[in-house]
Amino acid sequence: MVVQSVGRRRPARLNSFSAGAEAVFHIILGLFAAACIIPFIFVVIISFSSEESIRAIGYSFLPQSWSLQAYDYVFAMGDALWRSYYNSFLITVIGTAVSVTICVLYSYPLFRRDFRYRSFFNYLSFITMIFGGGLIPTVVICKTVLGLNDNYAALIVPMLFSPFNIIVMRTFFQTSVPMELIEAATIDGSGEYSTLTRIVLPIVKPGIATIALLNALAFWNEWFLSLLYLNKNMDIMPLQYLLMRMQRNADFLAKNASFLGADAAKAARELPSQTLKMALVVFIVLPISCAYPFFQRYVVAGLTIGSVKG
Amino acid sequence: MKAIRMEKADRRRGSAIAGSRFKKNFWLLTMVLPGAIWLLLLRYLPMFGVVLAFKNYRAYKPNTFWNNIYQSKWVGLDNFKFLDSPDTAVMIRNTLAYNALWIVLGLVIAVTLAIMLSELRRRFAAKLYQTLMFFPYFLSWVVASYFVLAFLDPTSGMIPALQKSMGFKATNFYHDKTWWPLILTLSSLWKNVGYSTVLYLAAITGIDRTQYEAAAVDGATKRQQVWHVTLPNIRTMIIILLIMNIGKIFNADFGLFYNVPQNSGTLYPVTQVIDTYVYRAYTNTRNIGMSSAAGLLQSVVGCICIVVTNAVVKRIDPDSTLF
Repeated sequence: MVVQSVGRRRPARLNSFSAGAEAVFHIILGLFAAACIIPFIFVVIISFSSEESIRAIGYSFLPQSWSLQAYDYVFAMGDALWRSYYNSFLITVIGTAVSVTICVLYSYPLFRRDFRYRSFFNYLSFITMIFGGGLIPTVVICKTVLGLNDNYAALIVPMLFSPFNIIVMRTFFQTSVPMELIEAATIDGSGEYSTLTRIVLPIVKPGIATIALLNALAFWNEWFLSLLYLNKNMDIMPLQYLLMRMQRNADFLAKNASFLGADAAKAARELPSQTLKMALVVFIVLPISCAYPFFQRYVVAGLTIGSVKG
Repeated sequence: MKAIRMEKADRRRGSAIAGSRFKKNFWLLTMVLPGAIWLLLLRYLPMFGVVLAFKNYRAYKPNTFWNNIYQSKWVGLDNFKFLDSPDTAVMIRNTLAYNALWIVLGLVIAVTLAIMLSELRRRFAAKLYQTLMFFPYFLSWVVASYFVLAFLDPTSGMIPALQKSMGFKATNFYHDKTWWPLILTLSSLWKNVGYSTVLYLAAITGIDRTQYEAAAVDGATKRQQVWHVTLPNIRTMIIILLIMNIGKIFNADFGLFYNVPQNSGTLYPVTQVIDTYVYRAYTNTRNIGMSSAAGLLQSVVGCICIVVTNAVVKRIDPDSTLF
């Protein structure tokens, strides 16, 4: 073959970098990949370290002794923890279901070239990507006018729609659903909704999976809305916010224990230990890291499609 | 069969063409409705809220939002006075400098890693690296802040503990500004590079292999192929991601700057960015006017940035524009 004659100096490595260069690539990529996962492994190790070991040598990859104490603490938290877990799950499930429905319903007509108001709704969504009222007017209006305050809706509604996901989903439609199919369905007398649910949706299942995954992750990882909208009703606090507040409160009491007197000092001592917090981190990341190997390729597929200019 | 169907369709089209078109548009309209209502309420309504930036917003009787807005006095540009304070210069500098640095670093590192990944001959290794690199993208900044804490915690974090065990004075990272530009940069890259690497890798994988073969036939070395085949092929993508990032140059990643430094006041000179400033102004002083003004400036400048960048790109390379 022609190519072979060019690669004659190293016939075994047709048109690729030299073995040395590739070894360097492996080292660089390996180091970076390791750096991406090591902090998590470190936190897992800390959560299994004994308190004595931490007091003696600090957090270490090789603790002097191991213990399950942190997890005992976590389970001893009882209600507060399970309540937050439940809240996180609830918010994730409802949020994902509703946001995916809205996304599909909004992007499908945008893909239909015969939809009269297509470009209007396209712009309606796109403009919000480049201009917004800013955080504070949004928060004030949500709180006072829309009643998003200290309730589940406040933690779900502000994230129900994403212009970026609309672009991803619309591109999915464009690349996988031929217009002829829809025309044929219409000619056969199929209504718009039944065309969408019976003919189009089965074809774009992978796209829906991608959007659902992205949204589920966004809801699971959400803490900013809690920060903005939760003031009094801490019963609906999701896991991420629980973790966030834990550090704040511990810091505050630890720093000010001497000023606040004996009660605060006692409270500070009884506060969840460092290992407990690390164990909580493990609890939050665990569902993600378990599901990660399976959903990763869907997300890759979705992001790749979404990044194509559409 | 097909002929019959066509005939039927023709007849139907002839008789009720206007009606069916109306029906179609009507049903499609009902589909976009939920999303459109959301957009109007949660995106467009707050856009009118920008008047808050020009008013001294406070509570009146009856205490409803519209009445308060209506009764609040116009104060002109008073809410923009914060622009004079030295804090403002610092937060704008931080926002711009960090974002600019990270756009450049992120781009260079992600493209380099993606090219390396695409050139690996062991596909399994490439897959493994990619999977690991992408992982941090799926974690929240709250979780990431604990990862950082594990290394930097003043009492038991790994680095201070190591310093102590080696007989040095332990650095109190959460009260020492020196290291934060580096820590924030590493955190940001750690979380985001994997994502862009995956995007670029997908674009590189999509390149027609025959282009490389043709280049090889013409005697191009592998390095020349990267330069003359790979890079030109992913140029459009690089430029689009660049426009999107430059458009967001006035928007800092709130989670990173708020959670990772543990909201430590001593670190504000190097960790305060526009987003955290707006949030803190709102929560600490309840100064709705001023925080709205800051947010408005951010939106306007961001919008100008994205439009200008897009226009510049349009002039240089019309195929790569975002809109």
